[in-house]
Order: sequence, then structure tokens, then C-alpha cells
Amino acid sequence: MSAVLDRPESQYQSASSGIWQLAWQRLKRDRVAMVSLVIVALFMFVILLSALGLIASNWDDQVGVSYASPTFMGKVDNSEALSAEAALPELAVPKDAAVVDLSDVDPLADVLPAIAAQAKLLESAVPAKAQSLPFGGDKWGRDIIAKTIKGAQSSIFVGFAAAFIAVFLGTLLGALSGYFGGWVNDLLEWVYNVFTSIPNLLLILAFAAVFNKRGLLTVIMILGITGWTGVYRLIRAEYLKHVNREYVKAAEAIGASHWRRMFVQILPNVSHIILVNLSLLVVGFIKAEVILSYLGFGVPVEMTSWGTMLQEAQNELVIGKWWQFAAAAFLSMAVLITAFSLLTDALRDALDPKIK
Amino acid sequence: MTAYLIRRLWQMIPTMLGVMLLVFLLFHTFAGDPAQVLAGKISNKADIENIRKQLGVDEPYWKQMAIFAKQVVTADFGRSWSTKEPVSEIFAKRIGPSVTIMAPILIIEMILCVVLAMLVAYWRGSLTDRMVMIICTIAMSISFLAYIIAGQYFLGYRLELFPVQGWSDSTLKNLTTYAPLPVLLAVLVGLGPGIRFYRSVFLDEINHDYVRTARAKGLPESQVLFKHVLRNAMIPIITNVAMSLPSLIFGAFLLEKFFSIPGLGREVINAVDKSDFPIIKAVTIYLAFATMLFNLLADVLYRVADPRVEFK
Repeated sequence: MSAVLDRPESQYQSASSGIWQLAWQRLKRDRVAMVSLVIVALFMFVILLSALGLIASNWDDQVGVSYASPTFMGKVDNSEALSAEAALPELAVPKDAAVVDLSDVDPLADVLPAIAAQAKLLESAVPAKAQSLPFGGDKWGRDIIAKTIKGAQSSIFVGFAAAFIAVFLGTLLGALSGYFGGWVNDLLEWVYNVFTSIPNLLLILAFAAVFNKRGLLTVIMILGITGWTGVYRLIRAEYLKHVNREYVKAAEAIGASHWRRMFVQILPNVSHIILVNLSLLVVGFIKAEVILSYLGFGVPVEMTSWGTMLQEAQNELVIGKWWQFAAAAFLSMAVLITAFSLLTDALRDALDPKIK
Repeated sequence: MTAYLIRRLWQMIPTMLGVMLLVFLLFHTFAGDPAQVLAGKISNKADIENIRKQLGVDEPYWKQMAIFAKQVVTADFGRSWSTKEPVSEIFAKRIGPSVTIMAPILIIEMILCVVLAMLVAYWRGSLTDRMVMIICTIAMSISFLAYIIAGQYFLGYRLELFPVQGWSDSTLKNLTTYAPLPVLLAVLVGLGPGIRFYRSVFLDEINHDYVRTARAKGLPESQVLFKHVLRNAMIPIITNVAMSLPSLIFGAFLLEKFFSIPGLGREVINAVDKSDFPIIKAVTIYLAFATMLFNLLADVLYRVADPRVEFK
């Protein structure tokens, strides 16, 4: 008798674990999911470091010669770099040209020596340009690895931020529509019908035409505002189902407000759907950002993303400089998206209450 | 049936009004004065003043909306801001190339996806099934852009199997010479998601009782799949095809851009680039209308595929 009472309480708690714990246990058994999780986590770690400025902060520096070849390829003829170098002296003022002394009329004559001294300081700071870089360089001799990391940072950030906005909008509107029904439902269904009757990519382009300003925030807003419909539909259906369940009625009986019933009582019960759709949207939005940036409606010129890299890579491929293309399209983007998609699939299976 | 069609068409009106309202809000109130939008894009002051007058920018909003509604009803969206060509003429010229590219893509893709997904469903659970699924996932992860860039480079530029890009006036020449490479690439891209989707549709059907009965009476598995399961899986197939039909008009705009195909998709991208609003407005309205019609068509086809479906 006393032995039963003495049992620590935690033992009872662990006997029935929640849906998240169960899902995590199922996920842990899935080897593909765990490998994907590690890959996604690695990507997140790298872009976190890059966002903090610890790595790839100097991606814009021209550290190599034009189209520096990857180190592992050994010595390769690089005619582009040679021609670029050959072209440079022509731009400079010929040294033997007769210099007319203008110091008496030149208002800058007094400060010129100071400027020249400054310029000399800066000049000496320019390091020798590398003939080859670990994974090659682009047209301006920027390191492809640093550029890919920075590009990944913009693309993944856009994907996540836009997915959060879309999921937030979809969940909020879906909850309102499914919970209240009536005219709220009619109104939101109408908005839903309007948004889904326009093909998604056309809607994105229409928004891009109107916003008319390149920028990270613009892309995120466009994707977020146009991408909420799928989540809305699912969440609305769930709320329709849940609103008449006993636990919600019970909450109503003890005086819980509408707001509390919607977001404290029901929301946790549909959160697994939100999570799965969030990761589906992240994948979709990263792909969309790449296309938008490629078309020139995406990230601003001073930034780089996988899309702008592909845009540059298109012309580089013709002259045989394949490394930027490989780095952006296959080694980074395809790896991340594959891992993310596999993880999403596994997550959906793990969170599906039907599969026990 | 007739009553159903009339009611469905009637129900399109509020949605259509909504699309018009959305387009109006975007392009008239949100985008602001065309004089500002076009600053630096059109230098002629008189042209901009003309555009402002046509849109009724200085009039109250309800009047602007009325002007826009008249454009929609009469299908006359005025002239392009950049080329001054009538929008309807641009449409008539651009729609042909888009359909020339998209029709083969849709047909080939659907047949290939259904057949391959059937085969994969036939071998479900085997190593082949799992390998195909992994390949599909990886194939879906590579950007559409990468397929086009690599395909154009290797198949067009290096191996010279296809022309790198181009278009002619003869439809036959376009179909045999210029279309194959873009069509091939688009089909390749569509296989991954397509096979995955149809496979899950077929696997859902396979667990039904009628499949068990068919097997129990001794039918070969191939007949069970291609005769019984396929017919019962028609509804999701119709839905999927109907959903991709609007792209028949809009076209694979990326393909059109890369392969210099003078289709509607490329026109839209250029219009976005040049803030040529009349074209974007017209495409959005037309395509929304087409999408609604195709959805209705799909609902009617459900009845053909499955007599149990009733029009309510």
C-alpha cells in the first residue's frame, strides 16, 4: 500500500507522454529524418554565424583574380583574368604623358598631397589577388564559398520570414473563419476564393509590379501575403471540427473568452498541422525567392542570394566557369531543400495521430 | 445539370468582383500615381498626362473603379504603357506561342506521370519504389532554373541536339525545332512532384475493398491497377490536370524567358519590369476568369468519371 504511494510522481507522468514527445520518439527512430535534421541544423548554424558576421562577412571583397579557378583543379588557363589584367593599365593615366602644372589654378592643389598620401595608404592595403580559391571565384574574384554562405543566408532568411507571415495570416484567418462561422466565414471564404482564383506565380508577379522596389522586406511581404491560402484552408477545417468538441464547450462553461478558446484551448490541438505547413512553405518560398531574385524582382543588388548567383552563373557556364552554378544550385540549395523536404515528410508521418 | 451550371456561373460573379477589387486596390490605390510609377521609365510628359487622364487619376475612387469595371466588361484594357500597342492585340499575338509550348508539356507530363506512378505503385514497398521516391525528392529540390540553365547549356550549346533558343512564324517548325527542348525540361521538372502525387493517390485506392475483391477473384495485378484503380482514381487526376490548365495560358514564363519564346509569360515579366500595368491587370483578370471556368469544367468532368457524383 505504502509502496504504491511512495512512487515518485514523475513515473506516472512519463507513462503518458504528449503528442510532441511521441512524435519526437517516432522521429528519432527514422534514420533518414535524423540525417536530414543534422544537415538542416548545420545549414542553420552556418547562416547564424554568417548573420552574426563571424564568417563570410567579407564575401564582397575581391580576394582573387577574375574567375579564379578552384584549388582542387590545379593549374588552369584563365584567359579571363589575363585579359582583365591586360585591360587595367589602359584605364590608368599613361605615366609618360606630359603633366601640365595646374597648381596655381587648381583649388585642390593644397590638399592634393594629403589625398595622395591617403591613397597610398589604401593602395598598400590591397593584398595580392589569389590565382585560385578553394571553390573558385566569380567575375569580380569574390570567393564562391563565402558568397554561397551569404546567398544561403538571404534565401533561407526570406524563406523562413515569409513562411512565418503566411502561416500567421493563414492560422489567424482560418481560426476566425472556422470558429465563428456565419458572416465571418462567408467573408473570409470570399477572400480565399479571390486569392486562389489567381495563379500563385502571377499573383506574386502582380504584387512585385506594384511594390516596385527591390528589397528583402518587399520579397518577404509579397511571398507572405500571397502564400497564406493553403494554411487557411486546413486550419479552418480543423477549427470547424474542434469548435463543437466537449473540451471547448467545457471551457465556454467555465467562462473562457472567445479569444482564449480559440488560441489557448484549440490552437495547441492543431499546432502539428501548423508546423508541417510551416516547413512545407519554407521549402516553397526558398524556391520562389530564387526565381524572383533571378528575374530581378528579389533581393537588392548589393546583396547576394542563390537566385542572383544563378543569374550570374548562366553566363559563366558558357565560358566554362561552372563552379558558381554548382555551388549555388546543387551543393547548397539542392542539399538543403532535399534534407528539408525529407524532414518535413518524416515530421508529417511522426505527427500523424493515425499512425501509432 | 443546366440549373447547376447556371448557379455555378452565377456564383462566379462575387469572386470575379473580388478579383477586380483586389486588382484595383493594388494598381490604383496602392501603386499610387502613374506619374510617379513611370518616372524614369517613360520620359514623355504628355504620354504620362494621357495615361493619367485615361485612368481618371484625379477623379474620386468610385469613378476610377467604374472606368476599370468598364474595361473589364468590354475586355478592352486600353494600350500598353510602354509600347502603346492595344492590350488585346498583344494577347492575340502572345497566346499562340504559350499554348504551343504548354499543351505538349501538359499532355506528355500527365501520361508519363500516371504511367510511371502506376508502375511505382505496382512495386510499392520494394527497393525500386523507395529509390524512385528518393530520386523524385532530390529532383524536386533542384531549382527549376538549374534545370533550364544546365539543359540549355549541355543539350543545346554543348551537344547541339537542340537549338539554344529561338522561335519562328510556322507552328510546325516551332513544334518540331524550338519547342522540344523547353518541353523536355519542363516535363523533367514535373516528373518528380507528379509521380509522388499520383503514387499517393493510387496507394490510397489500393486499400479499398473493391481492389481486394478484384484480387480475390483472380485478376492479374496489372489489370487490377490499370482497369480498376485507375478509373477510381480519376477524380484526383482530373483535379490535378484542371488546376494546371490555367498555366496553359500564362505559360511556363521562365521557359519563355530563357528560350526567347514570345509568349504571354515573357510578356508579363517584361511588363512587371517596365511597370506596364495594363498588361498585368488584363492578364490577372483573364486568368482568374479562366481558372474559375476550368474549376467548373473539372466539377462537370467528375460526373463523367464517376456517375455517383451528384450536382447539388
